[in-house]
Amino acid sequence: MPPSEEVLVHARGLTKRFGDFTAVNGIDFDVRVGEAFGFLGPNGAGKTSTMRMIACSSPITGGDLSVIGMDPRSRAAQIKSCIGVVPQLDNLDAELTVRENLLMYARYFDIPGAVARQRADELLEFVQLNERADDQVEPLSGGMKRRLTIARSLINEPELVILDEPTTGLDPQARHLVWERLYRLKQRGATLIITTHYMDEAEQLCDRLVVMDKAEIVAEGSPRDLIERYATREVLEIRVSDAVRAALDGRLETIAERVEELPDRLLLYVGDGEEALEAVHRHEIALESALVRRATLEDVFLRLTGRSLVE
Amino acid sequence: MTVASLAPAGRVLQRNLWVYRRTWRGSILGSFLTPLLYLTAMGLVLKQLVTAGTAAFGGYEYVQFLGPGILAATCMQSAVFESTFPVLGKIAWRRNYEAILATPLGIRHVLAGELLWIGFRVLSISSVFLVVMTLFRIPHWPFAILAVPAAILMGLAFSSVIIAFSATQRTGEGFSWLFRFVVNPLFLFSGTFFPLTQLPAGVQWVAALTPLYHGVALIRGAVLAEPEFLGPWPLHIGYLVGMLAIGWYTAHRLLKRRLLS
Repeated sequence: MPPSEEVLVHARGLTKRFGDFTAVNGIDFDVRVGEAFGFLGPNGAGKTSTMRMIACSSPITGGDLSVIGMDPRSRAAQIKSCIGVVPQLDNLDAELTVRENLLMYARYFDIPGAVARQRADELLEFVQLNERADDQVEPLSGGMKRRLTIARSLINEPELVILDEPTTGLDPQARHLVWERLYRLKQRGATLIITTHYMDEAEQLCDRLVVMDKAEIVAEGSPRDLIERYATREVLEIRVSDAVRAALDGRLETIAERVEELPDRLLLYVGDGEEALEAVHRHEIALESALVRRATLEDVFLRLTGRSLVE
Repeated sequence: MTVASLAPAGRVLQRNLWVYRRTWRGSILGSFLTPLLYLTAMGLVLKQLVTAGTAAFGGYEYVQFLGPGILAATCMQSAVFESTFPVLGKIAWRRNYEAILATPLGIRHVLAGELLWIGFRVLSISSVFLVVMTLFRIPHWPFAILAVPAAILMGLAFSSVIIAFSATQRTGEGFSWLFRFVVNPLFLFSGTFFPLTQLPAGVQWVAALTPLYHGVALIRGAVLAEPEFLGPWPLHIGYLVGMLAIGWYTAHRLLKRRLLS
């Protein structure tokens, strides 16, 4: 299928190798205009390598990739002028002030001074940093630096914003502030590509996502689709003693559609968690603790790979 | 390198100038002090202990011989220094280049921008140097002004090669090696303080192969308007242009490998 106007990023058989190591192994995906598209997977799954290829900062080894209808191999500068990049680790200019970071970045995009100043003010407002405009970057908190990096990525009014692990390393409050800004960005109609190893981040922000594991895409869909397809509505998490666990003898399998045995707990995939808990009690299985929750992308990942996202 | 890519390279220069706006006073003061101290201590005071007559220095006073040599050596040191820690910092520690390369700019713009910056630094250092030397009545005006482009060419030749070296470094350890075993010997033995003819005949040719020697020849020849010091000037220029070309090519390759892999 040739890339249509509706598709901003189109990849077929996209591959990245570093010597003998295959970081991305022939993946296919399409990112459509106006959607927030996620790459969910553990560290080392190939998410960042994929991002770097889309952002034209890493040459592709094989396959086809088109970004905003252009080939990164021949039109890197044009592609880069239409996208915004938020890298995994902040690379703000520590020798410039907050506002100068935006103004200088605007210069790299050849944005005229008056326009740049206006946009810088708007963006500082947008990421709630207007009061810190003339401060140096270094004393800012992690969350503030991240928001400034996001503002910087928007200085050229990009058609596509690529965010690599946007909230990794931030405390919960700072994360929520970043999510809220990204959500507003999405509402304005921006197309976002987000990599994350946090399933709550993917659920909150992504309209559609692919799950990556070991350099490959193992599933694709909306968070709700994926949960419906690969998990049940609810999950009953129980903890039992080793003795009880050894004597379970397949009884849980009669209660749940599927049982995952983790080192510290057992996950029962069920339609109704409370009902399942009653059934467990009827079997007179001694519980140390029990918790009923909705299924998440974490369960999807566990189902697909047999491993947890965040170890 | 085309004219069209000079404008984006100018942004990289502009970034360094924005940072320089905060530090230029101290930097200019330093540029005044270096020649003042050298010329006073060595050119005037130490001179009184130097028994060799002006014949040893091509018929010039020692301070006249020394001044342009120190100018060349100082420009080399600055060009080399600016190409080490600040460049590695932008590659690996603060990752400024990663941020710049996410914009429409490419490796060649980054490299050209840094070289423009080095050119600017050498321009200001050599200009201040000429002013201070004028207090000591050393330069032969207006011919002496040609020392500025000569110093810039030499600075760029050094800088391009050192940026290539920096692109291969992980920590700053290689730089102390560089300063100890390359920059300092060049500083001492490339005709800065004494004519190469004072060296044993067997090693004169080694000194004559160093880039600083060619820079010193051009700069001393220009400052004093002395054909004898200038020597085969097209050869000196050719040497430095060749070094710049090789440095550019190598630095471009190594930066690309390091930053866009």
